[in-house]
Amino acid sequence: MKALDNLRYAAGSATGHLLRTGLLMLAMSIGVAAVVILTALGDGARRYVIEEFSAIGTNLVIVLPGRSETGGLNPANLITSTPRDLTVDDANSLLRVPGVKRIAPLIIGTTEVNAGGKLREAMMIGTNEDFMHVRQMKLSLGRFLTRDNIGHGSAEVVLGALIREELFGTANPLGKTVRVGDRRLRVVGVLSQGGRGMGMTTDELLIIPVATAQAMLDSNTLFRILVEARSREQIEEVKSGVLKQITQRHDGEEDVTVITQDAVLETFDKILNVLTLGVAGIAAISLAVAGILVMNVMLVSVTQRTAEIGLLKALGATADSVRQLFITEAVLLSVTGGMLGTALGYAGAALLRQIYPAFPAYPPVWAVLAGLGTAIVSGLVFGVMPARRAAELDPITALSKR
Amino acid sequence: MQDDAASLISLHGLERTFYLGDSKVQALRNVDLHISPSEYIAVMGPSGSGKSTLLNMIGLLDRPDAGTYLLEGRDVTTLKPDEQAKVRSERIGFIFQSFHLIPRLTAAANIELPLVLAGVPAAERARRVKQALQEYGLTDRAHHLPNQLSGGQRQRVAIARATILRPAVLLADEPTGNLDRATGEEVVRLLEALNAQGMTLIVVTHDQALGARARRQLRMEDGRIVSDASDVGDVSAAATGSSG
Repeated sequence: MKALDNLRYAAGSATGHLLRTGLLMLAMSIGVAAVVILTALGDGARRYVIEEFSAIGTNLVIVLPGRSETGGLNPANLITSTPRDLTVDDANSLLRVPGVKRIAPLIIGTTEVNAGGKLREAMMIGTNEDFMHVRQMKLSLGRFLTRDNIGHGSAEVVLGALIREELFGTANPLGKTVRVGDRRLRVVGVLSQGGRGMGMTTDELLIIPVATAQAMLDSNTLFRILVEARSREQIEEVKSGVLKQITQRHDGEEDVTVITQDAVLETFDKILNVLTLGVAGIAAISLAVAGILVMNVMLVSVTQRTAEIGLLKALGATADSVRQLFITEAVLLSVTGGMLGTALGYAGAALLRQIYPAFPAYPPVWAVLAGLGTAIVSGLVFGVMPARRAAELDPITALSKR
Repeated sequence: MQDDAASLISLHGLERTFYLGDSKVQALRNVDLHISPSEYIAVMGPSGSGKSTLLNMIGLLDRPDAGTYLLEGRDVTTLKPDEQAKVRSERIGFIFQSFHLIPRLTAAANIELPLVLAGVPAAERARRVKQALQEYGLTDRAHHLPNQLSGGQRQRVAIARATILRPAVLLADEPTGNLDRATGEEVVRLLEALNAQGMTLIVVTHDQALGARARRQLRMEDGRIVSDASDVGDVSAAATGSSG
């Protein structure tokens, strides 16, 4: 039998049994599409979490005032938790620690902002000029805070995108004055829209110099110090250097906590690993379901077609020709079904991204390959295996099976 | 005993047993039979007498448990399955009671099937199928599916398919069983015409009238050939009965 005739017969057989072919395509498409969409969901969730965490910056070491005790209740904690303030001078001293590239002190408070008769509440961050680089923020207008060498704090403010829109609409806010709390500050810049990190949007922030914020909030202590290491390898070195430096400045008492972004990510890594395992589990179940669906359709169809195999043998077909016919047909069906399912899955994932733009629902390549592979392999195995058996039968035994 | 070399088909001590659950059914018991080229034979007998099994043996659709089968002087029982397939393809044509046409293929494609399986080039196939359609009066039905054809037309397609490779032996298992009297008559005349051209024709039937038309009649009972009668003084119409 010639290859072309083989292909034509197999294709005719696939298109001639529309119900069977339809069912098989349905089983394969659902199976493969389910794998693609489910893993896109799972992997999308994983990516979302990772992106949230990398959005706060890279190679970060974070200094918190106070000591977080992990060894049970310390009687000293009942009396005082923060014996010494974490000050701007502490922060600036960290620039001398080897491996430190930038630091940004952080003080946070809520306040009212008022311009042109419009008033709203906003979160205010007091920091320095390096904050923008440490947090990898972008500006849409103007400039960020400038270096404050004297430490008096200038009357400047950088607005979040939403605040700017609500106070000024589309008008240019640069150089205008806004009232923040009891002070009048000059707008020098506007943040780009859509900045985020740790589930917090930057659209509703006011950023002012740290000294100004301290005066407004009448507080000397910082909320955090963000320290950026020069490279990933230096993070541990910076961490211990920072701790040593602050301890030294605080009369030898270790009253701050230093954590690294990596440590935060590591904590979340456990959750992410469970998530990844969950995704793999979902994919495996979908694959098994797809495989069983394909198996059922194939087994039923081969049983139905045993008589045809008998007839072909009675007409002089060799066992080899019969096997080749069924292999060709199984390949045609499996590949088409698998492709259809993949296309469907990608379309579904694209639809998800359309509906939730913030959610990166891209199917991972391994899942697509595994889904496609399982569908094709199960189609082949369960298409060919029974056909092989039927091809070995005596023609009369096959022929009499109706 | 006949000379094996002069016979088209020689069966010696053929045995076949089936197991249906616990019970054992002996479909063929020590069958000896000689058939010469271009004979016209009817095999008759009650249901379960083994006549279909005998036909399947001759058509190489089934294997005997014991005995030998020489086709044109060659022992075909010991051939490998693929060699048997080649013999079926080239030397044997089969016609079934229920036609066994492939429902999704047109009449022309059904007739073409043995040529496709034998690897005949497409141009040659088209020529021979066209000729066969003409011979059997099916030209205007060439592109109809089997379920769009009448019973007689279906059996004509089946006969065209069985004979497209010009086999030496034409085996028909109740060829008129699913047809009305007039259509059956038409089909039988077609088969007899093929026999007249030199094709050996073996028909299994319940129908006494149809059996009586054959020049040689075999009667089977309980897996044995119990009578072997020739109407005409045919050259080689001799056979031995069984001897249990």
